[in-house]
Amino acid sequence: MLKPFLADLHVHTVLSGCAEVEMVPPLILRQAKRLGLNLIAVTDHNACHNAEAVIQAAEGTDIHVLPGMELQSKEEVHLLCLFDTVRQCQEWQEEVFRRLPPLGNKEEIFGAQFVVDSVGEWVRTEERFLAGATDLGLEEIVAGVHSLEGMVIPAHVDRPSFSLLSNLGWVPESLKVQALEVTPRFVPRIGFQKWPQLKAWCLIVNGDAHRLQEMRNRTLFKMDAPVIREIDLALKGEQGRRVVVEWPEAH
Amino acid sequence: MTSLKEIVEKLNLETVSSAELTDRPVAGGYAADLLSCVMKGAKKDYLWVTLQAHVNVVAVASLLNLAGVIITEGNRPDQESIARADEEKITLLVTPKTTYTVVGELTLLGVRGES
Repeated sequence: MLKPFLADLHVHTVLSGCAEVEMVPPLILRQAKRLGLNLIAVTDHNACHNAEAVIQAAEGTDIHVLPGMELQSKEEVHLLCLFDTVRQCQEWQEEVFRRLPPLGNKEEIFGAQFVVDSVGEWVRTEERFLAGATDLGLEEIVAGVHSLEGMVIPAHVDRPSFSLLSNLGWVPESLKVQALEVTPRFVPRIGFQKWPQLKAWCLIVNGDAHRLQEMRNRTLFKMDAPVIREIDLALKGEQGRRVVVEWPEAH
Repeated sequence: MTSLKEIVEKLNLETVSSAELTDRPVAGGYAADLLSCVMKGAKKDYLWVTLQAHVNVVAVASLLNLAGVIITEGNRPDQESIARADEEKITLLVTPKTTYTVVGELTLLGVRGES
C-alpha cells in the first residue's frame, strides 16, 4: 500500500552561514508539522553536521528526516546529495572535505556556522568556510554519491546563479540524475518557454529555506517508505510510485 | 596608477552602488565568472570584471577588498546586492559591453593583470 509523503528536500540549518538563527531542529520540525510535511531533508552547504540533530529531534514525530547536503561543484553548480543514513552521509562528508579548499570562515561576510544539538543548543562554531566550491566535478559527484547509495538532485535549476542552467546553460545528457529541483517561483508555462529542455524532466519544488517561512509543501511523493530507493522509483514513475507537484498559476 | 574615477569616465560605466567614486588607485584587473577562481586570482585593489550580478559577488569583492566590480553584458544587480554593496562600500559598475571588450579597454588604460 503506497503512502503519501509531502516533502521539502532542501532545508538549511544554522550551519549555513546565510541561514537565519531560527533554523534550529525544534523550530524546523514545528514548521514542517504546520505545513503538513512528513518528509524533509537537511541540506547545508557542503556539510551535514546538523543532520543528526534534526533526525534526533524528529524521533517520536511522524516526520521523517533524510541527512544530506547542498554540495557546490567545481562548476559552481549546487546539487542536493541525499542519503538514508547519517553514516553514509558522513562518509561522503569526508570526501567533500578532502576536496573543499581549507579556508577559514569570515563570519562578518559569510555569516557564522553553528553546530547545534537536537533542542537547538549551541555545540560549537564551525571555523572552516563551508559555502565555497569544492573541486569535485558534476559527474564525479553523481558517481561518488551513487557509490554510497545516495541520490543527487541538481538544485534550483531556474536560479540565475549557482545552477546547472545558469552555469552550464543546459542539462548534460550524460548526467545520471532522475529529477531537477526548481524554485517555488517556477511557473511551468513560462519556464518551459525559456528552457524547453525541462519539459522532459521530472521537476520537484523545495523551499531552499534559509528561514522558517521559506519552507514549502508543494511536492508529494506516493511511495512505500521514505527511503532513497523509493524516492528514486517515484521520480522515475516506476512500480506505481510517483511524484505530484502543486504548480502556481501563471500571471 | 589609473584611478577608479578615471576608469569609470573613460569606459563610460554606470555606477549602481552609492559608494562615492574616489581617486582610489586600481592596482590591476581580473576577469572570471566563477567565484572560486576570483577568490584565488584577484588581489586587493584589483578591479574585477564579470557577468555575474548576484549578492555573492559583493561578498567576494568585500572579502578581497577589491577596488570595484564591473558587471558586463547588461546584467544588473538586484536591490539586495546593491544594498549589500552600499553596506560594504563596494563600488558596483555596469556596462552593456562584453567582458572581452571591457578587459581590452582596461588594458589600453594601463590596468594589467598578473603576468
